[in-house]
Amino acid sequence: MLSTLELKRTPFHERTSRLSVTQNWRRWAGHIVLGSYELSLEHEYWAIRDGAALIDVSPLMKYMIEGPDAARLLHKVTTRDILKMPVGQVYYTGWCDDEGKLLDDGTVARMDEQRFRMTSAEPSLRWLAMNAVGLDVKVTEVTDRMAALSLQGPKSRAVLNRCCAEPLDKLKYFRLTNTSIGNIPVSVSRTGYTGDLGFEIWMDAEQALPVWDRLMAAGGDYGITPCGILAMDMARVEAGLFMLDVDYTAATHAWIDGQKSSPLEMGLDWAVNLDKKGYFVGRRALEREKREGSAWKLMGLEIAWEGLERLYADVGLPPQIPAMAVRGSLPVMHEGKQVGYASTSTWSPVLKKYIALAHLQRPHYEPGTSLTMEVTVEHHRRQAPAKVVKLPFYEPAWKKK
Amino acid sequence: MSANHYDAIIIGAGHNGLIAGAYLARAGKKVVILERRPIVGGAAVTEEIFPGYRFTEFSYVVSLLRPEIIRDLELPRHGLKILPLPSTVTPMDNGDYLASWSDHDQTRREIYRHAPRDAEAADEYSRVMARAAKAIKPVLSLVPPDPSSMSVRDMLGLLKLGKYAKSLSEKELYRIAKLVTQSSADLLNEWFEFDPLKGTKSASGIIGTFLGPHSPGTAYVLLHHYMGEIDGAFRAWGFAKNGTGGVTAAIAASARAIGAEIRTNAAVKQVIVKGGRAAGVALENGDELHAKVVMSAADPKRSFLQFVESKHFPDEFTQQIKNFRVRGSSGKVNIALSELPQFTCLPGESPLHRGAISISPSIDYIERAYDEAKYGQFSKQPYIDMIIPSMIDRDMAPPGHHVMSCFVQYAPYDIDGGWDDAKRDAFGETVISTIERYAPNIRRAIVGKQVITPKDIERIAGITGGNIFHGELLLHQLFFLRPAPQWADFRTPLPGYYFGASGAHPGGGVMGAAGKLAAHEVLKDWR
Ligand SMILES: Cc1cc2nc3c(=O)[nH]c(=O)nc-3n(C[C@H](O)[C@H](O)[C@H](O)COP(=O)(O)OP(=O)(O)OC[C@H]3O[C@@H](n4cnc5c(N)ncnc54)[C@H](O)[C@@H]3O)c2cc1C
Repeated sequence: MLSTLELKRTPFHERTSRLSVTQNWRRWAGHIVLGSYELSLEHEYWAIRDGAALIDVSPLMKYMIEGPDAARLLHKVTTRDILKMPVGQVYYTGWCDDEGKLLDDGTVARMDEQRFRMTSAEPSLRWLAMNAVGLDVKVTEVTDRMAALSLQGPKSRAVLNRCCAEPLDKLKYFRLTNTSIGNIPVSVSRTGYTGDLGFEIWMDAEQALPVWDRLMAAGGDYGITPCGILAMDMARVEAGLFMLDVDYTAATHAWIDGQKSSPLEMGLDWAVNLDKKGYFVGRRALEREKREGSAWKLMGLEIAWEGLERLYADVGLPPQIPAMAVRGSLPVMHEGKQVGYASTSTWSPVLKKYIALAHLQRPHYEPGTSLTMEVTVEHHRRQAPAKVVKLPFYEPAWKKK
Repeated sequence: MSANHYDAIIIGAGHNGLIAGAYLARAGKKVVILERRPIVGGAAVTEEIFPGYRFTEFSYVVSLLRPEIIRDLELPRHGLKILPLPSTVTPMDNGDYLASWSDHDQTRREIYRHAPRDAEAADEYSRVMARAAKAIKPVLSLVPPDPSSMSVRDMLGLLKLGKYAKSLSEKELYRIAKLVTQSSADLLNEWFEFDPLKGTKSASGIIGTFLGPHSPGTAYVLLHHYMGEIDGAFRAWGFAKNGTGGVTAAIAASARAIGAEIRTNAAVKQVIVKGGRAAGVALENGDELHAKVVMSAADPKRSFLQFVESKHFPDEFTQQIKNFRVRGSSGKVNIALSELPQFTCLPGESPLHRGAISISPSIDYIERAYDEAKYGQFSKQPYIDMIIPSMIDRDMAPPGHHVMSCFVQYAPYDIDGGWDDAKRDAFGETVISTIERYAPNIRRAIVGKQVITPKDIERIAGITGGNIFHGELLLHQLFFLRPAPQWADFRTPLPGYYFGASGAHPGGGVMGAAGKLAAHEVLKDWR
């Protein structure tokens, strides 16, 4: 028995821990998972972008929401139109406090007319229960009971077709199906955190290892590669996907208002269904923000390589940037005045560009705006020229096909 | 302008021709790129010779492609992806192997296993080479100056042009000067003792040359291999998605998007000269195309001895081009396989299968291979540089099957009695049996193979003499001497006729610098 002195291990630990050369463990929601398996992130990263990457995402918080009022609860809590949501659909969504500021973000999957599965980054049981007062709905946390794998990359479908009971060729983007892998019941959703073709596989934690083994065996011919969360971090930035506690602060964790972000500020306009019926938490504030425009926006920044080269040439060096995503705030300026900050920056191998997710103040968030971002060149703070671009940075044709 | 009138005509849609065309189109010129083959790419092509198995037919590793070209032409947006090629492994005769990785600790531990002193020397060696490469590198992107003679002093002057060279000490500059004239064997013997290590390192010094590791000048070629490392995150070292044809497909897509026209099956017969200037080209099919400027991006012999009548060039120039050494010395065997080759030293499937596999047990092995070539034979035990593209890019072969790219040296263009089918078969057989010594299942796994001799390089890719770099990277054929003294600035004695391919400065390899620099010179002269 592991004591509560230790962080939790995922149901795949027995496999993942043996495959990792680096033993580079990272914390994720009270668990340890692998940051990387290999000494260089390149192979894991390219598995996401060109092959099939197998990622243990079990630490995601998972909830089953069941009962006659399940849809009404989620309709009220999230910004999506859950009443109109078909069975077999998955929505990405954020959820807010009364001021329309984000508490968390995750996915909601409609398993059945009266049964949903929700994922989140932070514990959400209390928030859901508070909002369920007076509703006929049962919320159960299944985080530990349910294991989850993310299989991402252009070859992910071919791998799953080799081991799922039926082919997944018809499974559309953000849809879900129940099937089995070697007689083990699994649900497969066409979702992920990479912006590539990809699937997430949900199963009973007791059955986790045989599913892992089947996938690894089926994927051999496609170069399936166990992949840690560091390579995924690079991919998610390219895909314009943000992360709680890195790119925004949950409204409940914020000490001051300035630390909070609304879904509109985070660029989630498409996932805020203001045209949906009835009340939902944060509705009034979001309507106001929509009318008046957002003070901030999360946008993409592309750092101009020539500019970076010039800064480094001054000290006789070619540009030196880390070969992984950096979770750290970097000031963004306009003509010497700070107008925002980058929250995650990374080298993008597929785009061959240095990119960042940046919170920018109005009016500096329009695509095409020229700004500068701080870089540290040989211990000196310098400003590298950068351009505001729309997110995502990278969206391959096969992502939604 | 009518259909067959252009601002610029480019002969040859190898990567250099495509790049030159793209840059000219970017500057607003009406450009056509003419290619004799049905496909673009030149020596950087991928072809499906056996259904389902795609061969990166000639060139197979991307290492020197200029980052500014990748950016200017937005090649990632047009599909360029460079996949990692993280290791090199040298199988040894005793069933063991020597590996090197991109990770420093892994490599040090591996070399230490064989030769502890070499493990330390290897660190120092790569630092010295990388610093030297960093100093030389800026020269690659410059139009070379034209000193009347070349001495060590000139060489140093040239180096000092580079802004990075400022940081080098006099001692380091002299070390570089020595590097440029030394043999790779001498250089490596100064540093290392372990034969497979020296053999493998020396091999990169003889690629594309008709020289052995003991020949002077080969150390410089070693340096070329460190150039790519300097670009840091931007380095383009690895295996291109879809093979090297993926690189030229991206460049062609970019060129077309910018407005350049590309015509395939359009072999140029001759450059039309009017009033002492190049004025267009006549195609083999009889069509004539007209332009203000013509650039050849084919090899130097064709460009100057075939496309243009000799009366338009000074005799001295024609003589210099005739003397330009283009002796092909390399062959290629591309193999379609029903299973992974099982190397005795690497049972099962190992991460090392995603890297290079080098048959180079010692410097002597390679020198002996060269000896046979000197006397007009292909090597009976050749140096082979292999990769298994399907282990890196799963789209290269059907699932579970593989393709293998084997670069082989030496196979002289001027083989005794000339190349014929029987000799080609024998050459292919030699390569297979050499590999078989290290990977016994290879023969039964073969689904099909394509054996390419230097004569075939000439025939298929259209490179006269079959030298992979259009001309050896020898000191007297580099910088301001390439392709001929006084004509290294991409201009030629015929006004309006330019030259921008691997036979020009800074030389061969899928680098693109020649095409880009040539386009800039064309634009400078534009009136
Ligand atoms: C076997 C082999 C292996 C190699 N391996 C590597 C490697 O791993 N890495 C690397 O960087 N480099 C490698 N190289 C070298 C590299 O491929 C070449 O230097 C480079 O591709 C040459 O490009 P280019 O554009 O200068 O000329 P080419 O690619 O040779 O293009 C010239 C073009 O001109 C065309 N042409 C010729 N005559 C005519 C005509 N009359 N009319 C119209 N078109 C004409 C040809 O068909 C050809 O398409 C290799 C080369 C070979 C042959």
